[in-house]
Amino acid sequence: MKKPIIITAALCLTGVILMGVLSGKDVEPGIVAKLKAKYSVKHAPSADHAGFEALKKKFTSPRQVTEACISCHNKRHKEVMRSSHWNWEREEYVEGRGVVYLGKKNAINNFCVSTPGNEGSCAKCHIGYGLDARGKGYTDQNNVDCLICHDNSETYAKAPDKAGAPEAALDLNAIAQSVGRPKRTNCGVCHFFGGGGNNVKHGDLEKALFEPDRDLDVHMASSGSNLQCVDCHTTKEHNISGKIYSLASMNQERSSCEQCHTAAPHGDSVLNEHTLKVACQTCHIPSYAKANATKMSWDWSTAGKLKDGKPYIEEDSMGNHAYMSIKGSFVWQKNVKPDYVWFNGTASHYLRGDKIEDTEKPLVLNPLHGSYADEDSKIIPVKIHTGNQPYDPVNKILIQPKLFSEKKGEGAYWKDFNWEAASRAGMKAAGLPFSGKVGFIKTAMYWPLNHMVAPKEASVKCGECHARSGGRLAGLNDFYMPGRDYSAAVEFVGKWLLLLSLFGVLAHGAGRILSARKHRNGENK
Amino acid sequence: MKNIKEVLIYSGFERFWHWAQAGLILFLAFTGFEIHGAYSFLGFGDAVRYHNIAAYLLIVLIAFAIFWHLTTGEWRQYIPTTKNIAAQLEYYVFGIFRNAPHPTKKTALCKLNPLQKLTYFSLKVFLLPATLASGLLYMFYRYPEGGTTGSLTIETLRTTAVIHTACAFALAAFLITHLYLITTGKTVTANLKAMLTGFEDLEGTECEPEAEK
Repeated sequence: MKKPIIITAALCLTGVILMGVLSGKDVEPGIVAKLKAKYSVKHAPSADHAGFEALKKKFTSPRQVTEACISCHNKRHKEVMRSSHWNWEREEYVEGRGVVYLGKKNAINNFCVSTPGNEGSCAKCHIGYGLDARGKGYTDQNNVDCLICHDNSETYAKAPDKAGAPEAALDLNAIAQSVGRPKRTNCGVCHFFGGGGNNVKHGDLEKALFEPDRDLDVHMASSGSNLQCVDCHTTKEHNISGKIYSLASMNQERSSCEQCHTAAPHGDSVLNEHTLKVACQTCHIPSYAKANATKMSWDWSTAGKLKDGKPYIEEDSMGNHAYMSIKGSFVWQKNVKPDYVWFNGTASHYLRGDKIEDTEKPLVLNPLHGSYADEDSKIIPVKIHTGNQPYDPVNKILIQPKLFSEKKGEGAYWKDFNWEAASRAGMKAAGLPFSGKVGFIKTAMYWPLNHMVAPKEASVKCGECHARSGGRLAGLNDFYMPGRDYSAAVEFVGKWLLLLSLFGVLAHGAGRILSARKHRNGENK
Repeated sequence: MKNIKEVLIYSGFERFWHWAQAGLILFLAFTGFEIHGAYSFLGFGDAVRYHNIAAYLLIVLIAFAIFWHLTTGEWRQYIPTTKNIAAQLEYYVFGIFRNAPHPTKKTALCKLNPLQKLTYFSLKVFLLPATLASGLLYMFYRYPEGGTTGSLTIETLRTTAVIHTACAFALAAFLITHLYLITTGKTVTANLKAMLTGFEDLEGTECEPEAEK
């Protein structure tokens, strides 16, 4: 009679396990298959520019190339000249302060701080030529640099410190005839090197992404789908989707995972439910700076030390700059586990001239908005870059120092190593007051991570967040998370209830054994 | 000691229901406390998946059990009574150590003593429904299923989760005492044998006559 029950019980358990195994698929198979098919179709250009007469006459300056481009594409330059890539600013609505025009033109970060006064050097990453402090370069249509984005010969390169001009001795004709859809190399030459070196700023955008393997980035992998930047950062009239919140404020025109993968990409509904509160990136970017280190901290206050009257450089164990006389000390890290914050797509910014309320605690330059209670918020991974940067302790505003100059004696810090002179020149260029005093203040910036998406096998496992202690989300405490949180009272009462029950039955049982023995002994007598 | 016969006290379905429910609840407790963070065995993700599957199976089983209780009239066995309750309590606290006889006669039609009636009634009417309801809320909390349909909106999971945890502790405590009380039948194994085979040596099938009067 016992057997059928054991068999039934065994069958039930097998049933549970079977259902579990069968329902255990991670990915909705249809979506990924369709995407793979879509992106395996090779891009076919609609024209061969090598055949155009306009590109055959000898070019002696890049401006002539632009002129030739405009002779056919006679409206495209107007689109470019409306874009933030060109203007280095765009309209942003910031909660509490209304519409501001924000961009590289006026933003302050905790890397090289700001562009005003330093255009000659910074313009290496401007999509134009002849950018100077007076903003002259912004109005001339022949200053549009078509080639930096559209060169497909991979030979075009901008010269350092030449206000946006390319290197001399380039074969401009060959380059002009090669033009086509932008590739990773076109975007990467600027975006991988922001902040003055490879992977300095973002942590998830760096030169290893020119030819990444699948482990580094599952989308851009050369041997895989080999996606180009513009496949996701879709573009309309030279307006490229995607925002980085060092400069952006509004939740719009963002490039997202969902635009391809949908909001319910998993086969498992519990995982799909996570997408309501957890951004894709949170689980799928387990670490950043996977190939080369990224800068985590920049301390300007130590800059200016000279050896024999000359600036010098020291390297850390990974070969990154640990100290530069012109910039101060740096901390670099590789394979970094992200920090996590709630984010609803809006941010505010420290804008130039803003009074610093509390100079004792670190000043966050781009606070990201969001919380568990906010319906639009999701948990996202970020890199937090900390700084120690110059500020005016009398006026209580951040200083925008003049760093770059061709010559000594113009106040540029990188030539004269004098904070007061550099601050005076920089603040003048920015149109801000300066008291003559220079102090240093701790700052922090948030860099949302969106790239270096790992293969699914490497994505963050449930237990890395749903853990009693030490989980990835240990710092986000405004909500209840299963596996991590509990009610101390219920835990206390529950544990004692179990212990007392156990103790009770053991004591009762022992009592029965003893009394049974006594009775048996009594009968024996 | 007369008229003792081997009587079928638990029908086939009842035994299937009991053991299936026992297995599922044990499994749910095992996976549930892992989800709660008490230990790590299956891994959090799999623990959740199996916990949810077992929960659905338990709901199906309970639906069948409710149907069975209603159609057979067996539900009447669980109506709590105060009669003999003090005597039964006294038996467990004192009598059992003196080899005293069970104060309540167990028959096929009256198989539960007053303390059992009270316990199982509370279990079926309060604890299991509370566990089930909090568990279902836990699953469907604020989540549009598969990203398609909307569902319940609760500001925080905390209350639901804490209630579900409290229920789990209560059930676990029940389980400990239940397992022990199995041994308090006529012989140490009589109750277990009855629940496995369905048969127990009992005197008569009717309820005690004084219960009627």
